[in-house]
Amino acid sequence: MQTLRRKDILGLEEMSAEEITLILETARSMREIMQRKIKKVPTLRGRTVLNLFYEPSTRTKASFELAQKYMSADSVSVAGTSSSLVKGETLKDTVRNVEVMGIECVIMRHPVSGSAYYLARNVEASVINAGDGMHEHPTQGLLDMFTILDKKGRLEELKVTIVGDIRHSRVARSNIWGLQKMGAEVVVSGPPTLMPPDLEAFGIKYCPCLEDAVDGADVVMALRLQKERQEGGLFPTLREYAEIYGLTSQSIAKAKDDLLIMHPGPINRGVEISSELADSNRSVVLEQVTGGVAIRMALLYLLMGGVKEE
Amino acid sequence: MTTLLIKGGRVVDSFSNFDGQADLLIKDGVIEALEKGLKPPSGSETIDAQDLIVMPGLIDMHVHLRDPGYEYKEDIITGSRAAAAGGFTAIAAMANTDPVCDNPTTIHYVLERAGNAAVNVYPIGALTKGLEGKEMAELGRMKNAGAIAFSDDGRPVVNGTIMRNAMQYAAGLDALVIAHEEDLDLAAKGMMHEGSVSSVLGLRGIPASSEEAMLARDLMLLKTTGARLHIAHVSTAGSVQLIRRAKAEGLTVTAEVTPHHLLLTDRAVKNSGYNTNTKVKPPLRSEQDRQALWEGLLDGTIDAIASDHAPHHTDDKDVEFDFAPFGIAGLETTLPLLLDELFSGRIKGLTLSLLVDKMSTAPARILGLNGGALQPGSAADVTIVDPKRSFIVNPETWHSKSRNTPFAGRQLSGAPVWTIVGGSVVMKEGVIAEQE
Repeated sequence: MQTLRRKDILGLEEMSAEEITLILETARSMREIMQRKIKKVPTLRGRTVLNLFYEPSTRTKASFELAQKYMSADSVSVAGTSSSLVKGETLKDTVRNVEVMGIECVIMRHPVSGSAYYLARNVEASVINAGDGMHEHPTQGLLDMFTILDKKGRLEELKVTIVGDIRHSRVARSNIWGLQKMGAEVVVSGPPTLMPPDLEAFGIKYCPCLEDAVDGADVVMALRLQKERQEGGLFPTLREYAEIYGLTSQSIAKAKDDLLIMHPGPINRGVEISSELADSNRSVVLEQVTGGVAIRMALLYLLMGGVKEE
Repeated sequence: MTTLLIKGGRVVDSFSNFDGQADLLIKDGVIEALEKGLKPPSGSETIDAQDLIVMPGLIDMHVHLRDPGYEYKEDIITGSRAAAAGGFTAIAAMANTDPVCDNPTTIHYVLERAGNAAVNVYPIGALTKGLEGKEMAELGRMKNAGAIAFSDDGRPVVNGTIMRNAMQYAAGLDALVIAHEEDLDLAAKGMMHEGSVSSVLGLRGIPASSEEAMLARDLMLLKTTGARLHIAHVSTAGSVQLIRRAKAEGLTVTAEVTPHHLLLTDRAVKNSGYNTNTKVKPPLRSEQDRQALWEGLLDGTIDAIASDHAPHHTDDKDVEFDFAPFGIAGLETTLPLLLDELFSGRIKGLTLSLLVDKMSTAPARILGLNGGALQPGSAADVTIVDPKRSFIVNPETWHSKSRNTPFAGRQLSGAPVWTIVGGSVVMKEGVIAEQE
């Protein structure tokens, strides 16, 4: 099998369609492992991984940890509150200390955009970005594409509408880059105050009216709305947001019949998406989570397993 | 004092619009003569300036020396040595130290330390006490103690009434007010210029309007206060427009631009992979802004070039982007960067005479210094440049304590080789003369 010719996974903007295809294909084999009764392969036995989470996370952290267990890697998890960050140690010092203990791959979530680049420059270990500030969340973008591909059989020429707080969303950025590289059309919708300035830089279309934005869409993805955006004065109230930009059976009426409804979680029910839609058979929210483990197994394999076989 | 003859150089004196071969005779710290074929008087030293360019000593009217309070980043002595190495004979030090330079005692402290400095150091006093923007500082007493201008640089004066009063009061003292134009609400927690690059990088943006809105306010205040107002580090096309219009209306406003805003854009943040040495306030702007700054510089809207030397310790900068302080250290790169632009011919209309005006004659005029000219009777502050000297920017070799530059590794042509302050050589070929 082919391998990735790179040390780190920092974002989908810098990845090629070929690399993304390789990851998605590898993830498919990984999902087979997950479907076995004994979900464990010895591929990464004796290899060590650090999960470094400077922000709280349930899904992503559990997903990476399970992927490591299924691949037989040894791993340590350090969370923001228990880390030396609170003791005033710099990120560089923290990771260098852990690296000399033999860590070969660092999975990091961090509140500052670009911190994954900073880390990758400062350690020899591979770095997988598990979300850096508002910049990228490449494994989420990959698992979303994996889910779409699984359900639709293709990514090319699909219309994907992403709704909500694009401006502050690393999930949106990774999806925008990844989906376009794979030939999908991306449209975004939401209030103008939640759109990134100079949106043209992403090569996407912005359609402020949700009903029109989902017209003919194959996939609609709602983003989690952070409550602090309201406090920042970017929109008036949650109920107004829900009324104008929330996904409901009425607001998505113009989408295709076989529309996939996605959400990276955790969901604010009744805000970004109605409970009715979230629990409907068009929603693939839980499939996204399953795909997440497969994608992370694939990345661990491609970064650590494929190359350094001894 | 000795007599010094600088022989055979190309002399560029923007003050008298002179550009040609001439000899410069210095006696007792003052320029004695500027003529062709001067004979060295007995006992004089001679500098052979053949193939070199002789200009009035450069003046950097905007530097941060971090002293008192942050001497681990820089101090008055190391900052002055960096200035000498960079071809500057005088620097004006901003007031955002700890304690803030908002009182005559701190002005005295700076001047006393400056007595041992390599170049002339002029303290700028704070406009408001503690830079808090609440109460006017003792401008008159600080002026009597030796403050050369007044500024809360690093912060704007948020309250319009306080700015208005300070400008009006300063006018009565014929004191220069230097304004840092930034609407802090609009700049919010921004990390870089707001635009397509900040969007892609996921960094919070600092919109151009954050500078322009505050600048527009101060220009309106200028109409009735009659102050002399100088705008620090202009960074946007809109600001250039506002200043151009204000000057056309006859307002007494001057402005400066930094080399990094002239040479870099927001793309540098992306191309460097979030290098914190590209993090500066005002932020590196768009290509359109950058071009407008050159236009403004060439048409006289922008009067001066200043480094806004903002030294930081490597430990402070070697962190995640959001956590790093803003600032670029520029004393040892400003002149070479501009000489390189000039000699490369990249900027149409940029001449040596214009550069000398922006870096020497104009700052001297704005600050009211005896300098910026090579006329008999002027202070003998001279910078001599080798246009052929080519080198690679290496902050490890700096005289500054800091290393924070986005220009590391750049190949440049043109460098200062002699810096002369009051008739004494303070820098020769990069070596700083030790003070007695």
